[in-house]
Amino acid sequence: MQELVFYLFAGLTLLCAVLVVANPFSRNPVTSAMFLVLTIVAMAGLFVLLHAFFLAAVQVLVYAGAVMVLFLFVIMLLDLKEEQRRRANQFGWVTGIVAVGAILTIFLRAIFESGGPGGLKPPALEGATQPLGRMLFTDYLLPFEILSVLLLVAMVGVILLSKKDLK
Amino acid sequence: MNVGLEHYLVVSVLLFCIGMLGVILRRNLLVIYMSLELMLNAANLALVAFSRFNGHLNGQVMVFFIITVAAAEVAVGLALIVALYRKRQTAHVEDLTTMKL
Repeated sequence: MQELVFYLFAGLTLLCAVLVVANPFSRNPVTSAMFLVLTIVAMAGLFVLLHAFFLAAVQVLVYAGAVMVLFLFVIMLLDLKEEQRRRANQFGWVTGIVAVGAILTIFLRAIFESGGPGGLKPPALEGATQPLGRMLFTDYLLPFEILSVLLLVAMVGVILLSKKDLK
Repeated sequence: MNVGLEHYLVVSVLLFCIGMLGVILRRNLLVIYMSLELMLNAANLALVAFSRFNGHLNGQVMVFFIITVAAAEVAVGLALIVALYRKRQTAHVEDLTTMKL
């Protein structure tokens, strides 16, 4: 039963990811954004299967609920015309597919020939909120504070970058 | 067949390669940026899978940080794209050929 759910969510993730990159429906970036939202939600399902419940909720709330909404705001703001079909660069296609194929081969060989855990049974672990929060506030306190400064810097940067005249 | 670590890692690797294909092959700036987010998500999945199969929570804390940093990066990157679009009136990568604004 759990394998079925895993294959369902994994297949949905990969299918929606392919549709983000190369969708035959339209050349509109809004379609790609919608499929990216679906990919993120399917990945939250995979997180639940891995017993990371808080992270699944954070993924749906922050990634699908804030980041993708921001993406869609900007896409609508730019109001791009329907992208004209330019002459497809054949050399670029071949090089890209060869490069990605090479990296895929390296990764898959690293996974399957490393003789790692194999079919190791996962130990029982609670990915609940309390242990995660405790670790966040004790072991990882410094990155947590630095992250808040980073968010402040990002906010200031965005406000500065969206001024009308960039002087 | 029990779902092991390799299954999650293969999904993560495939997601990463699909994202990389999107970054290399697509010509619209926004779709390139979305494929970049796909690559980040693939890394998140790999980290959570490893954290689960090793029995500690460090991977999940790292994913928490990565999600936050990705959100900040998306905000700044989209502000840059909007500023660029205001200047050049195009979101097509092949038109943005000079560094001069």
